[in-house]
Amino acid sequence: MTTTTAIAKADRRTVSGSTPGAARGPRRPGRIRRIGLPYLLLLPALVLELLVHLVPMVMGILMSFKALTRFSIRDWSAAPWSGFDNYKISVDINAPAGEALLHSFWVTCGFTVLSVGLCWLLGTATAIFLQDTFRGRGVLRTLFLVPYALPVYTAVITWAFMFQHDNGLVNHVLHDQLGLTDKPSFWLIGDNSFIALLTVSVWKGWPFAFLVVMAGLQNIPKELYEAAALDGAGMWQQIRRITLPSLRPVNQVLVLVLFLWTFNDFNTPYVLFGKAAPEAADLISIHVYQTTFATWNFGTGSAMSVLLLLFLLVVTGLYLLLTSRRRKTADV
Amino acid sequence: MSSTSPARPRSPMAAPRSFLWARRIFLTLLTGFVLLPVYVMVSSSLKPLEDVSGTFRWLPSGLTIRPYIDIWSTVPLAQYFMNSAIVAGAATVCSVVIAVFAAYAVSRYRFRGKRVFTVTVLSTQMFPGILFLLPLFLIYVNIGNATGIALFGSRGGLILTYLTFSLPFSIWMLIGYFDSVPRDLDEAALVDGCGPLGALFRVVVPAAIPGIVAVAVYAFMTAWGEVLFASVMTNDTTRTLAVGLQGYASQTEVYWNQVMAASLVVSVPVVAGFLLLQRYLVAGLTAGAVK
Repeated sequence: MTTTTAIAKADRRTVSGSTPGAARGPRRPGRIRRIGLPYLLLLPALVLELLVHLVPMVMGILMSFKALTRFSIRDWSAAPWSGFDNYKISVDINAPAGEALLHSFWVTCGFTVLSVGLCWLLGTATAIFLQDTFRGRGVLRTLFLVPYALPVYTAVITWAFMFQHDNGLVNHVLHDQLGLTDKPSFWLIGDNSFIALLTVSVWKGWPFAFLVVMAGLQNIPKELYEAAALDGAGMWQQIRRITLPSLRPVNQVLVLVLFLWTFNDFNTPYVLFGKAAPEAADLISIHVYQTTFATWNFGTGSAMSVLLLLFLLVVTGLYLLLTSRRRKTADV
Repeated sequence: MSSTSPARPRSPMAAPRSFLWARRIFLTLLTGFVLLPVYVMVSSSLKPLEDVSGTFRWLPSGLTIRPYIDIWSTVPLAQYFMNSAIVAGAATVCSVVIAVFAAYAVSRYRFRGKRVFTVTVLSTQMFPGILFLLPLFLIYVNIGNATGIALFGSRGGLILTYLTFSLPFSIWMLIGYFDSVPRDLDEAALVDGCGPLGALFRVVVPAAIPGIVAVAVYAFMTAWGEVLFASVMTNDTTRTLAVGLQGYASQTEVYWNQVMAASLVVSVPVVAGFLLLQRYLVAGLTAGAVK
């Protein structure tokens, strides 16, 4: 992420000799400014991240240990401690709340794996197919970015219209025109809602994968392809032996980012289904929102969010560990 | 659509037939998938209400621009538009300026806590929005009660919230971008008597304009499209488009032609801006995020 040579140079200039980075005190008047400056530059970002992200997060963790009702929420810090009660409610899979949370967790996992996988697949295939110049390439490239550029709610509202039972395009095509279904299906309630959600999520998400992979392709030196062609490797072989392996570092970042965005996605189901999602598409973010704001179980909702954060932390940590190890062994 | 003109072939060999056919089929299907909602949006926005209430029709029974006139009176769309523009615009400007400062510090200086800073800022990307929605709501209400600064329900509160959403990614991308600007350039400026800020604004920022544009586009789109916080933290006068667009449903009926017309009106400025500036985003991704 940072260029080590640049840091080394900066190091030589600002910190002369002694322990690196340890600003024990100014030796010359000019040094105060120099060492204070980076902190000064970081201050706005730091204050804002503290105010909007870190302090609320700490508050959220505290709230998860309290018995909060809609009456005690106004003065939440005075609410009584309830220890791990909220967590017990959340993870007790024999009780309704825990059972529903577990269900929602599995739905979210399935949804995330499918959505990220399909987005990656579509994005990579498109980037590779658009790597060479051909007539119409520029137009297609611009066109494919439209789903990414559309504001989430306008795109999802349009899909919601297409999935309407009586006046939607999907039922018109599947039932009226192709006759594939006996009667018009419901897409925004019942089991089909999972398919609807996945379709919208992939439609909206794949261009980001396309953008990132396209950027990654530009870093592959042309000589590699030329050498491979001289050795007699065909197009498909070049893709398998050169393009895909070269994309590995890009993919590692891409998959992680897609995973975090998809797993936490709130906007898509919220606009598609409204405040309460059907059971088959009850993503965890909507589920926690519902617990917190519709049934006013603020403490339990907070506990669920903390569990969600812990899960994301563990998965991200494991992922980073695995990918960095593989990178190291690949270097040897 | 895809006849090959080997202007700059990747390899000296011509692409085999199987590849060309796979490409043709794949790109045709994908184009259909991508364009389908766009077609529905455009065509439905020009249909009379009977057309969008009954069975779906590929072609309208009659073209009308009535929905485009009605959208402004069914809901106060102009007001929502204004709110969204102010919130997203202010959040973008603040976020870019703050990210430039932070990225410059990380890219050009060595200081204690640097790693902690970058890791902390990046990990906020991971937080589920739902975790800090309620606490943030309480913080804003309490700040309002204590100081009289209305954050909850105001545009200010939303601006403050949104600008932190794009900040981590912006800082990350700009660090990469600033790193790719040769250090000698701003060192020369320092030798010539510029202060560190002079070097930043006269040398580093101009050299990193594509990255900064990319970050601005990203910040604007993030703010323009956000739904969750907009629906909780706004009131009648500060409501943004994300929430306001839900107003086209009456008790008995959804005015789908108006919904589609409004969606189109709301989307056009962002999509046009994005498509104009997208090459900067690709360049920014290449230099920053993808390494």
